[in-house]
Amino acid sequence: MIANALPAGVGVGFKPQHFEAIAAAPQPLAFFEVHAENYMGAGGLPHAQLAALRRDYALSVHGVGLGIGGLSALDLDHLGRVRAVCARYQPESFSEHLAWATHAGVFLNDLLPLPYTEDRLFVVADHVDQVQEALGRRLLLENPATYVTFAESTVPETDFLAEIARRTGCGLLLDVNNVFVSAVNHGTDPVAYLDRFPLHLVGEIHLGGHAAAQDGEAAPLLIDAHGAPVADPVWALYGEVIRRTGPLASLIEWDNDVPSWPVLRAEAERAALMLGGARRAAA
Amino acid sequence: MTSLVLNIGHAREAQFAAACLDGAHPVPDGLAAPAADRRERRFAVYRNNVVVSLIDALAAKYPAVAAIVGDDFFRATARLYAAAHPPRSPVMAQFGDAFAAFLASFAPAAGLPYLADVARLEALVLRAYHAADAATLEARHLPALAAGTVPLRRHPAAFALRADWPALTLWRMNTGREPLGEVTCWTAQDVLVTRPRFEVLACLLPPGGGAFLAALDAGPASAAAAAIEVPGAQLPLIIETLVRAGAFSAPEIEP
Repeated sequence: MIANALPAGVGVGFKPQHFEAIAAAPQPLAFFEVHAENYMGAGGLPHAQLAALRRDYALSVHGVGLGIGGLSALDLDHLGRVRAVCARYQPESFSEHLAWATHAGVFLNDLLPLPYTEDRLFVVADHVDQVQEALGRRLLLENPATYVTFAESTVPETDFLAEIARRTGCGLLLDVNNVFVSAVNHGTDPVAYLDRFPLHLVGEIHLGGHAAAQDGEAAPLLIDAHGAPVADPVWALYGEVIRRTGPLASLIEWDNDVPSWPVLRAEAERAALMLGGARRAAA
Repeated sequence: MTSLVLNIGHAREAQFAAACLDGAHPVPDGLAAPAADRRERRFAVYRNNVVVSLIDALAAKYPAVAAIVGDDFFRATARLYAAAHPPRSPVMAQFGDAFAAFLASFAPAAGLPYLADVARLEALVLRAYHAADAATLEARHLPALAAGTVPLRRHPAAFALRADWPALTLWRMNTGREPLGEVTCWTAQDVLVTRPRFEVLACLLPPGGGAFLAALDAGPASAAAAAIEVPGAQLPLIIETLVRAGAFSAPEIEP
């Protein structure tokens, strides 16, 4: 089983429109991350760009379509495609979400929430086992941003993730923006979430921007839209995480309203400064 | 897990999925948003994520169709398409392959009968974009080809489209490849889509060119026989056009 080996530095989510700027000079970045599903064609420009990036940087492949959290059996064709992407690029890490998107063969192209129950633990652990076996790799499983919870849930999300990791040996991807978004949406305390989260299992951190909406009586509703800079309270939460864990691979995600390369790089530099602080504190 | 629990779970998931795709479905049971009256607003985030992401995927795949009909019409059409033909795979590049057929029988677009042909061309452009890489046959290979020592094979990113309408002209004008202007010649077009390296190209085929390419998998003799049945077909012109556009693969072993 291949373990995750992302360097403990800052990476960014690769967007094709940045390729020329990235290729023009060596970038002070530890890794790039791509969505597996964007590299499932046979050839062409996407693969040429990714192969070029791969030569110069560590790579994280991030899946958005396996539906590990759902009740449906995993789509073996899709698992085969994910395996092919990993075989082609030999990434330092593969990660997926605690979420689902496919029901009765229809793919909904979003990260949908699941009830956290003892029963669901069996289903999700089976799916994680199946993915890890097919890929021959340890998976990192990401905490979701959610807008609803389920009446039947009995297990806190942190404990659910910890138990999946205990049963399967998978690692975790801690999305700090998701922690914040979910905490605001459900009126809970994000620091209490971190207190309960098995931080020693985290192999990568995600940082992204959210959008603010309103939910009825001026109650805040945050949406994990990945279309804005990382918000200040999320930076603060990130600082708290790396103060506790020491330096960890940290990714800036900006998938919609994608900014120019210098703007994205400036976000990465802010994370790198904070990571440098954590590194000195750990030394 | 007991089968009863599993059945309830599947039913809830089915409800959740149906309500994401179709706003007329009620919000699924069993949600625990902060207050009952806010469940609707909370669930709307998932509805919106699902529907907007699918509309955006179609808009990215069919930019010329979107330009022709305008943004509002396109997004309303795409919303109906996504509800009727939701994706069956997490590979979004494959989503929307039935859009041309949908447009062909979409009553509100009946006044734009050429729309389906433009959509067919755009689907082929994306298919070519993601097709396997291969070197193209060059003029220097022609003597070996004539001597029969190398096979003539369709390049993996080469596709022909027989359009009843001037789909190539409309596509070029509506993707900024040529200036918008009055379309004076409303005749059928045979279009060749190729991707010799990374950029997808499209050009007109001479008479018989499409038939030649379509029959090529059965061998060059079959391709030639199919082509010359088309009125006005000239084999040398067909071969020259196809070679120049990169529609054939280079031989695997250099002659």
